[in-house]
Amino acid sequence: MVIEPPKGWVLIDLHELWQYRELLFVLTWRNITTRYVMTVLGPLWGVIQPLITMVVYSIFFGGLLRLPSDNLPYPVFTFCALLPWQLFSRSLSIVTNSLVVNQAMMKKVYFPRLVNPIASVLTELVDFAIAFVILLGLMLYYGIYPKWTILAVPLFTLLSVATAFAIGLWLAPIQASYRDIGLALTYGIQFLQYATPVVYSAGTIIPERWRALYSLNPLVGAIEGFRWALLGAAPPLLTPILVSTFLVLLFLVGGLFFFRRMEENIVDVI
Amino acid sequence: MTDLAIQVENLSKRYRIGQNNPSRLFRDALINTVTAPFRALRPTSNGEPSDEFIWALQDVSFEVKHGEVIGIIGRNGAGKSTLLKILTRITKPTKGRAILYGRVGSLLEVGTGFNPELTGRQNVYLNGAILGMRKEEIDRKFDEIVAFSDIEKFIDTPVKHYSSGMAVRLAFAVAAHLEPEILLVDEVLAVGDAAFQKKCLGKMSEVAKEGRTVLFVSHNMNAVTRLCERVILLDSGRLVNDGLSQQVVKSYLMSDLGTTAARSWPNPASAPGNEVVRLYKARVRTESGQTSETVDIRQPVGIEVEFEVLKPGVVLAPNFHFYNQEGICVFIAGDQDPAWRNTPRPTGRYVSTAWIPGNFLAEGTLIVNVAISTMNPVIVHVHERDAVAFQVVDSLVGDSVRGEFAGNIPGLVRPRLKWETHYLENHQNPTLPSP
Repeated sequence: MVIEPPKGWVLIDLHELWQYRELLFVLTWRNITTRYVMTVLGPLWGVIQPLITMVVYSIFFGGLLRLPSDNLPYPVFTFCALLPWQLFSRSLSIVTNSLVVNQAMMKKVYFPRLVNPIASVLTELVDFAIAFVILLGLMLYYGIYPKWTILAVPLFTLLSVATAFAIGLWLAPIQASYRDIGLALTYGIQFLQYATPVVYSAGTIIPERWRALYSLNPLVGAIEGFRWALLGAAPPLLTPILVSTFLVLLFLVGGLFFFRRMEENIVDVI
Repeated sequence: MTDLAIQVENLSKRYRIGQNNPSRLFRDALINTVTAPFRALRPTSNGEPSDEFIWALQDVSFEVKHGEVIGIIGRNGAGKSTLLKILTRITKPTKGRAILYGRVGSLLEVGTGFNPELTGRQNVYLNGAILGMRKEEIDRKFDEIVAFSDIEKFIDTPVKHYSSGMAVRLAFAVAAHLEPEILLVDEVLAVGDAAFQKKCLGKMSEVAKEGRTVLFVSHNMNAVTRLCERVILLDSGRLVNDGLSQQVVKSYLMSDLGTTAARSWPNPASAPGNEVVRLYKARVRTESGQTSETVDIRQPVGIEVEFEVLKPGVVLAPNFHFYNQEGICVFIAGDQDPAWRNTPRPTGRYVSTAWIPGNFLAEGTLIVNVAISTMNPVIVHVHERDAVAFQVVDSLVGDSVRGEFAGNIPGLVRPRLKWETHYLENHQNPTLPSP
């Protein structure tokens, strides 16, 4: 093994990452176990959060404000969007903090730093899976039965996670030296939620001429995709979702390079 | 080529001073980015706030053969820990390179990633994975690890219910079963009671006897000479000596690099200090005036410094910072002499002594940093790290705090306090007359 000064812009060492796959799973398992240890309800908390949000949204946006919901029952309409949205927002903040949270470990042992954000995202996916079961129950309650389009759900889930991961890869190393990022992120996510059809239906609210631009937000595609795949709503616009997916991929690859470049001396800065 | 275990070539590591400053704001970075293009236009002659760098390691080269046990010594800040951090890939070098032939294991700190909420068993797997062990490897060694740690009964109890000794034992047991071809050990590991330290050192010599390579960073010269045949001496990031352990340790202790009970800096140009004051001598003394490396725990001990004030009219206060072997600051003693508090000093030689009472310090090594400062505003004129060191020993004869107790006594200090007891009354048998 050769230890040399940083070489500049190189891609992540995927082979090395593969060698550390066991650590990846052990850390994910640790995150899940420790998150709900000392709680009575345990992993149910992963479900309670979107459920309560759903109830609040249903009362205010669905009941009082009567926001359009594509003729779908409002609770299931918004819950279906909350899953990919919360997967995104929680993944983004946990990935952004993943280096800071694990700094003690990074200062004592070497392992590929990318293990931190990946384990964080895997942890969120577990919560997402539990909440997804609740969504299926809610659909059955309202008499909505999934069609073959449900097979597309993993694709839209991936889009949501990839977006969070791509942005997080840029933010995590910066957050390591400037904690401002984490503070600003809370607001950023809040603003972004308004630009995402979580509580409303984009087709009826957003003016037609802005629709294409609006749909460049990858989460618009992910959420509309979820509603299409599960609830039979109108499918997302094809061109914008392809463009935004492409942009996410660009961000992701760039993020991998950036992360790799920054990880070299992250321990000295953090 | 194949009999080499470690090959280090011109290894250098540069740190930016103040890089760890947590108050660095995003704003500053933004301002820096924005002003960068304009900075080139300004003349760089004066007032330019340039970043300052220090070389924690500079052009260090050495080779280690398979099966060699090498000690690395040097004062605090000499670059020992930086070297280990680079060899364990925690941080990257700035220049040069190191080649390691074989699996590397490190004992920089035991219990990395231990989670108090998880059980002992879960932590063994977690910690093992962090140290780079595969699951089947941990499965295979699990019973051995638990047996070594001596906590079979509590292996399914959350670690937060462990005593700190139990947690350290379990953590060390995991690390000790790593079986690397190259083992890097930091002395920090040797925190803990004497029995535990013995276990650590025992495990190390065992590893060495099996023909594996060990790199051992330590302040403990006895342990170094006992365990290592070869020793590398670092000073200010440079390799200054490399040879047989007895010789290197001896010359280290003889030179002013070694920390001993008495030091002197006869050359005014190189003596610690500035144009205001220079430090010439520092020593550890007994009441009878003798310089002494070992001090009875019951006896007072004095830290004496001799310095020369070169510029008149400055208020100066010598202050001593006492660190134990683990690098923990035990306490700081500032000059309390009423004659010179807030009093500007005339030029000339001064001898100041601070007396630490008997029955106050704990057993072990104390390392003293000597500083001479002005307090208002704060200016540090002299700051000599590891100026002197001494050993506090407990005699076991029974009239120290230890009494008849022979075990390990934790704590940074071991003061002898005044105790009072009042016998109130006897509830069991009220008819008895109370004394």
